[in-house]
Amino acid sequence: MAGADFPIAVQGLNHYFGTGEARKQAIFDLNLSIKRGTLTILMGPSGSGKTTVLTLMGCLREVQEGQVRLLGHALHGATEAQLVQLRRRLGFIFQAHNLHESLTAMQNVLMGLQVHGPGNAAKQQGAARHMLGLLGLADRLDYLPANLSGGQKQRVAVARALVSNPEVVFADEPTAALDKDSGRVVVEMLKALGQSRGVTTVMVTHDNRIMELADRIITLEEGRIVNDTNP
Amino acid sequence: MIRLLTALFGRLPIGWLQLSHNRTRLIAAVAGVAFANLLVFMQLGIMGALNNSTVAPYALLNADIILSSQEGNTLTDSGNIARTYQYQALAVPGVVAATPLFIGNLPLTLEDGSSVSLLSFGVDAAKAGFMAPALAPSVAGLALENTVLLDKDTRGMPAEALDSLASGGSFTFEANGKTLTAVGSMSVGGGFLADGMMVTSDQTFLRFFGSRSSGAPDHILLRVGDGLSPDIVAERLRAALPAAVVKVQTVAEARAADLSFMATERPTGIIFGFGVFMGILVGLVIVYQVLSTDVADHLREYATFKAMGYGQRFFLGIVFEEAIVLAVFGFVPGLVVSMGLYAGLVAVTGLPVAMDATRAVLVFVGTLGACTLSGAIATRRLAAADPADLF
Repeated sequence: MAGADFPIAVQGLNHYFGTGEARKQAIFDLNLSIKRGTLTILMGPSGSGKTTVLTLMGCLREVQEGQVRLLGHALHGATEAQLVQLRRRLGFIFQAHNLHESLTAMQNVLMGLQVHGPGNAAKQQGAARHMLGLLGLADRLDYLPANLSGGQKQRVAVARALVSNPEVVFADEPTAALDKDSGRVVVEMLKALGQSRGVTTVMVTHDNRIMELADRIITLEEGRIVNDTNP
Repeated sequence: MIRLLTALFGRLPIGWLQLSHNRTRLIAAVAGVAFANLLVFMQLGIMGALNNSTVAPYALLNADIILSSQEGNTLTDSGNIARTYQYQALAVPGVVAATPLFIGNLPLTLEDGSSVSLLSFGVDAAKAGFMAPALAPSVAGLALENTVLLDKDTRGMPAEALDSLASGGSFTFEANGKTLTAVGSMSVGGGFLADGMMVTSDQTFLRFFGSRSSGAPDHILLRVGDGLSPDIVAERLRAALPAAVVKVQTVAEARAADLSFMATERPTGIIFGFGVFMGILVGLVIVYQVLSTDVADHLREYATFKAMGYGQRFFLGIVFEEAIVLAVFGFVPGLVVSMGLYAGLVAVTGLPVAMDATRAVLVFVGTLGACTLSGAIATRRLAAADPADLF
């Protein structure tokens, strides 16, 4: 089913941590396909494997067994150069904002654009300014992360992930550091991007405030899908 | 600065931004690189002074070939060669003139009780053509007993005496209980072996160095005929003279051999060479420490960049950018302080310690190389930046 309509397709995925006697299986025969332009939420208790699945689908972790196809590319056996190219088509939003402490909000967002090459500096700056403005940070462009609140940092991280128009966004608890309104703004933005530009979002979250916005909610327990609903 | 570097790299200058963000670390790192530069400059400066003072006396001579004892090491650290070889050399085709050169170190006590040593050249006043053209007319005048030409840059000489010489007067001093009169001057400067130089006639020289014999000079200077190659004539001389006893060198070869001897055989040359090595090592360690700490401190950010699709070249670029910034920022103060210390050394010791462009460029290139090497080693830590750890 992988292809333009299903940018993410997982088949028979198993994953293990550790080696020898300490080797432990974290994911068991996982199968799922995620439709283009949808907002999918991965839920489950701590240790259920949702973050592992996210990193495997986001080509941040090596696929050991089974198949993961991302944007039409098989990740198993892909070279590092191929993975680097593929990651440039993705957007990542981390629970910890992971902003570069030496760069201003504007510069952090520009890093999301410059990964594609030098480009037109004025256009890049315009795009970064626009994205930060959408997230209510127009007056914080030249602030270093140390001078921003937790919520503002997270919004900069969201801007960095979205500024380059990614085809798929992987987000890990993106609203954890945000207040109710800011969190909703971010998720609604992701939802709108899915509807307007076909951006696919896979999000790990425990935030019940945003469940209603999801197109699909997948619940994992002990490395297996135990529930898959379309609310 | 940021705009300039952005235009230069085609991306944000992450390395510079990281370094300048932590000012304390940047200042410490720059001071460390500057200190390493200072170490290297000082060692090279003193080594250069040693080399300069070793070969400076050659500037007084106007010869093509020099015959020396195989036992000798350098021009001023020589054995004795039998004067008979002068006559044998004159029989070799191409050699048109020859003269003995005597060299000795003459200690003297000045009126104020201070001691000065003069590296003394004894030459045949009738063969002044063997001395540098600027000196030759004065040397001809040394036929007068107990007259000398004195180095006006001699360390410890009374300023009024040197002023008197410079204005065409004379200056009388005593050595070995005898009176010498300086009737002219030259400029050579002190070295590690003596405070200055003196040129006198071979007859005066032999009077002051009683143990020396006219039949055993330190060297024999030769001139070759016009248009002849000293190298070719030197080959003929090597074939004609006993190689086990007589060392035949063109003046250029002798200069090069003296420098090589001082750099590789003398403890001083080896010590200063080791000092340069230590300076480079200190610089390498400091820069490596700074860069590897910086990489370790930013692993999370680097892992984020990896997740965003930045490749290994980008990260190497950051580390090398930092290495270059440290090299440039450390070199400039290192150079400036070194020049100040050079001036201080010259004022205190009179040694020919001077900063030349070649040395400055070489040290700068070496600093860039050392910083880049440190950066290359530090990049091994980048492997620890795993984007999967971010979740």
